[in-house]
Amino acid sequence: MTAATTLATGSPPDLDAFREQARAWLREHAPATSPVTDIEAARAFQAALYDAGFAGITWPQDVGGRGLSTAYQQAFSDEEAEYELPTYPFTIGMGMCGPTVNDLGTPEQRTRYLPRLLRGEDIWCQLFSEPGAGSDVASLQTRAVLDGDSWVVDGQKVWTTNAQWADFGALLARTDPDRPKHSGLTMFVLDMHAPGVTVRPLKDMSGRAPFNEIYFDSVRIPADAVIGEVNNGWHAAVTMLGHERVSIGSRRRPKTNPLDFTAVTALAQRQGVSGEPATRERLAELYMRERVLELFNVRLRQEAAAGIAPGARGSVAKLAGSMLARLAVDTVGEIAGPEIVAWDPEDAAGAAVALGITSTPSSSIAGGTNEIQRGIIGDRVLGLPKEPSVDRGVPFRELKVGTQK
Amino acid sequence: MRLVLTEEQQALRAAVRDLLTDRAASAQVRAAMESETGVDRDLWTRLGRDLDVLGLVVPEEYGGAGAGHVERAVVQEELGRALAPTPFLGSAVLATDALLALDDEEARRELLPKLVSGELIATVAVAEPGTPWGPGATTATASGDGWTLDGIKTPVVAGDLADVFLVVATTPEGPVWFRVEAADVERTTLTTLDPTRRLARVVLRGAPARKLESADPAGALERVADLATIALAAEQLGGLQRVLEMATDYAKVRVQFGRAIGSYQAVKHGLADVHSDWELGLSALRYAAWAADEAPDEVPVAAALVATFFGPAYFKAAEACVQYHGGIGYTWEHDAHLYYKRAKSTELLFGAPGRDRARLADRLGV
Repeated sequence: MTAATTLATGSPPDLDAFREQARAWLREHAPATSPVTDIEAARAFQAALYDAGFAGITWPQDVGGRGLSTAYQQAFSDEEAEYELPTYPFTIGMGMCGPTVNDLGTPEQRTRYLPRLLRGEDIWCQLFSEPGAGSDVASLQTRAVLDGDSWVVDGQKVWTTNAQWADFGALLARTDPDRPKHSGLTMFVLDMHAPGVTVRPLKDMSGRAPFNEIYFDSVRIPADAVIGEVNNGWHAAVTMLGHERVSIGSRRRPKTNPLDFTAVTALAQRQGVSGEPATRERLAELYMRERVLELFNVRLRQEAAAGIAPGARGSVAKLAGSMLARLAVDTVGEIAGPEIVAWDPEDAAGAAVALGITSTPSSSIAGGTNEIQRGIIGDRVLGLPKEPSVDRGVPFRELKVGTQK
Repeated sequence: MRLVLTEEQQALRAAVRDLLTDRAASAQVRAAMESETGVDRDLWTRLGRDLDVLGLVVPEEYGGAGAGHVERAVVQEELGRALAPTPFLGSAVLATDALLALDDEEARRELLPKLVSGELIATVAVAEPGTPWGPGATTATASGDGWTLDGIKTPVVAGDLADVFLVVATTPEGPVWFRVEAADVERTTLTTLDPTRRLARVVLRGAPARKLESADPAGALERVADLATIALAAEQLGGLQRVLEMATDYAKVRVQFGRAIGSYQAVKHGLADVHSDWELGLSALRYAAWAADEAPDEVPVAAALVATFFGPAYFKAAEACVQYHGGIGYTWEHDAHLYYKRAKSTELLFGAPGRDRARLADRLGV
């Protein structure tokens, strides 16, 4: 009998005992290394996680979750931070799509999709951003047109994490271009294996391809695949973005970061410049920015446990994180100088620093640019007046958006 | 660690804010800063007698509240927010912490209850030109069964008002703490960048002094410096929050080119950055105050951390407050300049930012 079924009914387990169970299970089952190269192994690990009762800790019991409070999820996350589990393919499904289906889905959708997601049987992706709709995602142009009892989808999505593996996508498409942009959208569950769906890897400036471009060519979606209501997709999108913020906020940083204080200090020692006053001041500044952000995240977690929602303050953490990353790029450059512009092909440390430098711009773009985060803080936290919008109340088809002429 | 205030601590904040709203509004702060003493004695009495917040870190056996540094930081935040003109930093922080860090039971029993009630004002005289935390060139000479001190201490926080000075001087055995009465020093009230906090130069010319017992006078000095740094950071946090509020409120109502200026990204994004600093700094300050109470081993790094953060962050916020107010922010009449001056003054009072970063690096072992 699995832990999940043992504890499906009755009072919640003791938190410390739960933590101890998680620790023991991870010690025995966590793989030593985990860059996801074998998707079937990742699915098997997710299934094992589910069987042990550590998948969907806060999810409702009727869809296979454990129905426990966030304190239990936090306890598991704390323990899990010691490892790098191969759960990356499931992050979008577990963190964003699943919780949204749980909130807005029909009973049939909940029982069809959520248990499979928890058991690692389905991988999900999120189909929102488009070439013409980034920060202004509500201006998206992918269209879904009702044809008999199904919808026909044409368009293009981009920046889609995990789509190369995905079985399903949460698609946001325009279903009524005669309405203003926010009120003519609908969210669908899209079968990524359906005819007319093309997935292409998108290589980023670091040389990796963690994202994809998705093309839809007359893809048919059944009518019962609508999440929430037709033309109420913006509400569903906001719901999902709320889960995304929580998901990103609770995501652990990689255990080793070639540009963090510890790594850059070690680099300074190797370069023989660690005693120089300028180096010491720069390292102190880097430590300070890193530590202050860490303490802010601790405070947000403690407040959440005390019932104070983080709200839009997740934007502060995201903004501060990206500014820290930029500071780290400056710091490592000042300390290492020309030593990091070229390295031996076998030198993994050199490659890691270079990857840190070339991947840093993503931190101030992905998941909402720094400019968008500052706007959110200004509007929602400080209550400053919004900028006048030129598209309010105007039918979408009359707007100058994206690639629409 | 605990970074969230308890209900009692929030109630303490509300009580202090109520008093300061009533007694330390802008007009009252300005009246005090232009007065002969530079402080509001009546407010000081109320803080000591009515609210009993001058001895929050003092154990009950010495007349204190037996609370802690988290509570004191809450009070300091409010004082910094209001620019309340009181000798709190000198008397309730520096001198109080020194008496608790030293091992002179007689001095504690005599002085602490009077500092807690506010009837006596004391301060620490350690800074000398070029060395904010001494020990400097002041010397102590044994004389009969006492000592005499010679040297110049400047700037001394609340040095113009203090009844008692706790002075760090150099002896052949290293730094030693002494007690000197106000009547035995020559003091000059300095002209200050920050008009809401008086600083003095104290000249010791064969000043009679009593040695204060301490097993580790240099260690006590470190502890006093670290705790004062944390207390000052709390004050900086309160000031930072106030300038953010002032600038935000103004940006909502000031209209130019047909729109409230806070709707322009140039202003909105600048204020968002200040807000972020407030959120981050609040977290760091709560941690440092918690460490002062619960994790003494972490205090040296925590104190250097908040010093490194708050000096530049508060000044940047105060500068933004003047900037977003435009011309009105540059007038004497508007309070923005008082915060601008307080921010720059507190950034430098215990040593310039580069020194803070060097100290943090020392303590991190880099």
